[in-house]
Amino acid sequence: MGDYILKVKNLNFFYGSKQVLFNINMNMASNRITALIGPSGCGKTTFLRCFNRMHDLYKGNRYEGEILYKEKDILKMNDNIELRSKIGMVFQSPTPFPMSIFDNVAYGLKLKGIKNRTEVKDRVEAALQGAALWQEVKDRLSAPAGGLSGGQQQRLVIARALAVEPDILLFDEPTSALDPIATAKIEELMIELKKITTIIVVTHNMQQAARVSDYTAFFYLGELIETDKTEDFFTRPKNKQTEDYIRGKFG
Amino acid sequence: MNNRKKRELIGKLFLSLSVFTAFLGIFWLLFILSDLIIKGASAINWSLFSKNFVPPGLSGGGMKAAFIGQLIIVSIAVIIGIPFGLLGGTFIAEYGRNSKIAKLISIFADLMTSIPSIVVGTFVYAVMVKPMGHFSALAGAVALAVIMIPVMLKTTENMLKLVPWSLREAAFALGTPYYKVIFQIVYKNAMTGLLTGTILSVARIAGETAPLLFTSLNNSFLSFNINQPMASLTVTIYRYAMGPYDNWHQMAWAASFVITLFVLLTTITGRLIIKWRYKK
Repeated sequence: MGDYILKVKNLNFFYGSKQVLFNINMNMASNRITALIGPSGCGKTTFLRCFNRMHDLYKGNRYEGEILYKEKDILKMNDNIELRSKIGMVFQSPTPFPMSIFDNVAYGLKLKGIKNRTEVKDRVEAALQGAALWQEVKDRLSAPAGGLSGGQQQRLVIARALAVEPDILLFDEPTSALDPIATAKIEELMIELKKITTIIVVTHNMQQAARVSDYTAFFYLGELIETDKTEDFFTRPKNKQTEDYIRGKFG
Repeated sequence: MNNRKKRELIGKLFLSLSVFTAFLGIFWLLFILSDLIIKGASAINWSLFSKNFVPPGLSGGGMKAAFIGQLIIVSIAVIIGIPFGLLGGTFIAEYGRNSKIAKLISIFADLMTSIPSIVVGTFVYAVMVKPMGHFSALAGAVALAVIMIPVMLKTTENMLKLVPWSLREAAFALGTPYYKVIFQIVYKNAMTGLLTGTILSVARIAGETAPLLFTSLNNSFLSFNINQPMASLTVTIYRYAMGPYDNWHQMAWAASFVITLFVLLTTITGRLIIKWRYKK
């Protein structure tokens, strides 16, 4: 431990003239799960989307400060393909592309210019294994991805992100569209994935944060209120606002 | 109790009314179709397609020139219209999503779809036929394309906007450049809708007569020169149906039947493709 893959320094973020993140300082430990919690509109998703520069898609967004990924400032990088293959993202509702299961997982590889068929095939299989989906789909890799169940689709999306061997996976409320059984599978998978990646997960569900994460960070009104080891965070919150939030007094 | 009876009565009344109006709509469609089939199908024979026009009053002859002309004019219109409509719609729904100019274009396209087609005909007459000094198949195709573009553009816009934004973000999150997102993800996702749009816009122009009257005009002879007037099916039907000869009327019926069949078949093909895609 003691190894931080991400270091956020004095991060401010603006949507146009509206500031939504205020002076965030936080480190993310390698091969751990960090959960970001807080009421709607607190900036946790905005914060998550800074790490793969998703905000670049929209005009008028502005970052200030530094996000060091392996000591390199993400906010100064200019190769989004490279950055986004190292820092993958999984969204709220499953987003399978309109193509076969195989092509979905191979998509990121093709994007990186990997054309060798055996290599693509091997990495697709490895990614599907990694996402605990291989057993369920190995006989129908050429079937359209849209035919999978919601939970399977979400694992497919995780496989798609895994195929390019990312260091970090960003999860944006990955289970909010899933039933409890599918949710449990994804949570199990996240814990399994710690071996190979670092995970940052935004969740509305405090129990989920408590179940899966090693570290929890509480956001409120665009500020990082408190961050600690999950166990301590939920049992001995240091901040009054944190305590009120986890006791369900607001939010 | 009383209230319940009242509700049931109103319910039944509304149901029967909607069933009645639905049948009324279908009735006219079936009426037109059956009339077409009875009068048109019986008049169809091979010479309609294989022989050319004969001078008025003579029997025999066919509409070969009109069929070929129609095919050429519509094809050129499609070649011009589809890319413009598709790319225009793509601009509105994707690149120009939040810009004022895209909204403006979208509103104008809406207005354009309701412009009477004869106005388009006269417009193309003014900007193409007049300066060039003669009628031409190309002008006809341009007129049809002008009608087609807004239809295609609006359908494209609507279909692309139906593709959830999260899907694009998911592709961006893998580092995909925007043009690849559009071609590989968005178009593919909207494929069935785009196909329907294409078919609808082809069907929309395939039966147009007014825009061709001022542009491609007509030709009594088979012609492949798009710089010259060219016969088209719709204008020929118009001319033959108005003509004084019985065999002209016969041929007009037959041609109407064929063109209706064409529109019907394209639509059905489109639907089948959609079904097949969803099954797969």
